[in-house]
Amino acid sequence: MPLDNIKNIVLVLSGKGGVGKSSVTTQLALTLSLQGHSVGVLDIDLTGPSIPRFFAIEEEKVRQAPGGWIPVPVHDGQMLAPSRSPSTNGNANGDAAASGTQIGPLSCMSLGFILPNRNDAVIWRGPKKTAMVRQFLTDVLWPPLDYLLIDTPPGTSDEHISLLETLLKSTSTPGAPPNQLAGAVVVTTPQAVSISDVKKELNFCKKTGIRVLGVIENMAGFVCPNCSECTNVFSKGGGEVMAREFEVGFLGSVAVDPMFVRLVEEGERPLYPKGTVVEGKTMVERGDGAVEGSKEGFLVDKYRDCSLAPLFDGIVRRLVEDIRSRD
Amino acid sequence: MAPSLEEPTQVDLDAPLKRAPKLVAPEPEHCPGPESQQAGTADSCAGCPNQKICAAAPKGPDPDIPLITARLSSIHHKILVLSGKGGVGKSTFSTMLSHAFAANPDLVVGLMDTDICGPSIPKMMGVEEETIHVSGEGWEPVWVQENLGVMSVQFMLPGRDDAVIWRGAKKNGLIKKFLMEVRWGDVDVLVVDTPPGTSDEHLSVNSFLKTSGVDGAVLVSTPQEVSLLDVRKEIDFCRKAKIPILGIVENMSGFVCPGCKHESQIFRASTGGARRLAEDEKIPFLGAVPLDPRIGMACDFGESFLDAYPDSPACKAITGVVRRVAEEMGMKGIVLGKE
Repeated sequence: MPLDNIKNIVLVLSGKGGVGKSSVTTQLALTLSLQGHSVGVLDIDLTGPSIPRFFAIEEEKVRQAPGGWIPVPVHDGQMLAPSRSPSTNGNANGDAAASGTQIGPLSCMSLGFILPNRNDAVIWRGPKKTAMVRQFLTDVLWPPLDYLLIDTPPGTSDEHISLLETLLKSTSTPGAPPNQLAGAVVVTTPQAVSISDVKKELNFCKKTGIRVLGVIENMAGFVCPNCSECTNVFSKGGGEVMAREFEVGFLGSVAVDPMFVRLVEEGERPLYPKGTVVEGKTMVERGDGAVEGSKEGFLVDKYRDCSLAPLFDGIVRRLVEDIRSRD
Repeated sequence: MAPSLEEPTQVDLDAPLKRAPKLVAPEPEHCPGPESQQAGTADSCAGCPNQKICAAAPKGPDPDIPLITARLSSIHHKILVLSGKGGVGKSTFSTMLSHAFAANPDLVVGLMDTDICGPSIPKMMGVEEETIHVSGEGWEPVWVQENLGVMSVQFMLPGRDDAVIWRGAKKNGLIKKFLMEVRWGDVDVLVVDTPPGTSDEHLSVNSFLKTSGVDGAVLVSTPQEVSLLDVRKEIDFCRKAKIPILGIVENMSGFVCPGCKHESQIFRASTGGARRLAEDEKIPFLGAVPLDPRIGMACDFGESFLDAYPDSPACKAITGVVRRVAEEMGMKGIVLGKE
């Protein structure tokens, strides 16, 4: 089975669309890679694949090899030069950054790499989607991976049913690594409209027996880049309350960072107003010798300067610890 | 065997939708669809265990379509609210569109939620706890106010947090039931809210409504390219399915900090936003609605944002968009709210 050399599979789910499943998947993948793990990302959103855009590899095409498809590489495992961000408070990231960071390889697979034209609609009914999801799970030749993240479309329908059917079958075969299907990270936004849909997704996990690794509350608050005042654009705290109600872990609240949007949209290295400190780490400031709108470097390198990176560093550390304790 | 890289085949948009024959095996990948004209006779049917069953199934148009058309004949205008992307504000816009039309006491407005796995409309309309009433003449929609009725799958679920884990075929069946059974009565405007994507629900709504006529689709997008990318796919879908596009609305465009009044582009329009997309695709641009935290709050509490904050910039933008939608539909001159 092509999934045999994957140690852990993590699903990213949400009942609601546009809450940031792909954005969270991207950041989890980049952070895992920064922590030295080898990572693969599988995008099974067939009618609206966003992963190629997030990793800035929209122009790439999938290559075919005997026996299957070769995923599109984002970067190879390598030593990354020390980050320019002046790290303080001696947190784990700071020490590693001083001597450079060993990053793990990262590759992606998405229907976006197969479509001839990026604007074409994929108008498929259920059976066709089911077949495609199954093919993605069985015919992709992943390199040996520590983590495979699977980004899903919103809802609890065809893609999800076939994903779980196939995964539950393949991970229970004797050849599969133990506890291969680690569980699901559920993403929500704080407002009640989103929470009510995501509750359905948590019930879906319960019904199908998928362990919920935790809930991430995305788009909780927006920090004005001008005056640093935080506004709760989509209210706040709903994710944590929901996690408590369903007795699942709460991984953290993630604010909206326009610099992250800019990094994804235009590939610009994030820069912050003077004095921005996130999780005890001072962010790279404007006019601090840093070039405004620099697009140089790997995505993963630029991501280190994003204010969300320290946040995800903590989230991923907790996730990895949790997953390891079960192995 | 290496998987094929050939261009994925698209479904037959004109395929009649009727009850699929009972199959003995799962449908194969290149299945033309058990309800299609080629069922049992297409190239890919050779060797399929279902071949005989499909070949024997009755062909021709769906016998239920005339029933649906008859049921919907008392609805004068139908608008679809579409977006390839999730969470851009389709449901929010649908509710505001309905409220805005319903502000005119002479109009009767219906709102149908076809998002089966994640229905948001009941919550946004403040009728989450309601259930539908079944009478001899059909299902009664839930009336939010005298001239505004709502229908959603949420009203039929026993528990409001229950997951609806359904495959496409089952969802199609329910949408059809909605169209056949719901007793809308004399309705001036029916707003149909859809789930994200270009799949079963969209194909079904399109084929069921085709004969009774749809005024067109309003596309909703947020300004950033990640979202526009999916909306382009939806435009392609509308063109292929021959659904007229009334125009595109840009939601969540710009945010004014309540602290310092500095306007930020949270979701930056790096490629020119929906306005540019509309120009490129030659479809009308209906307007831009700024991000206002109070819209989300009004939705959470099931209130009408337009009634609660009539003087806010977002409200003015929305009424402007609704007026443009009405113009595009040829309803120019109708009174919308307090003008």
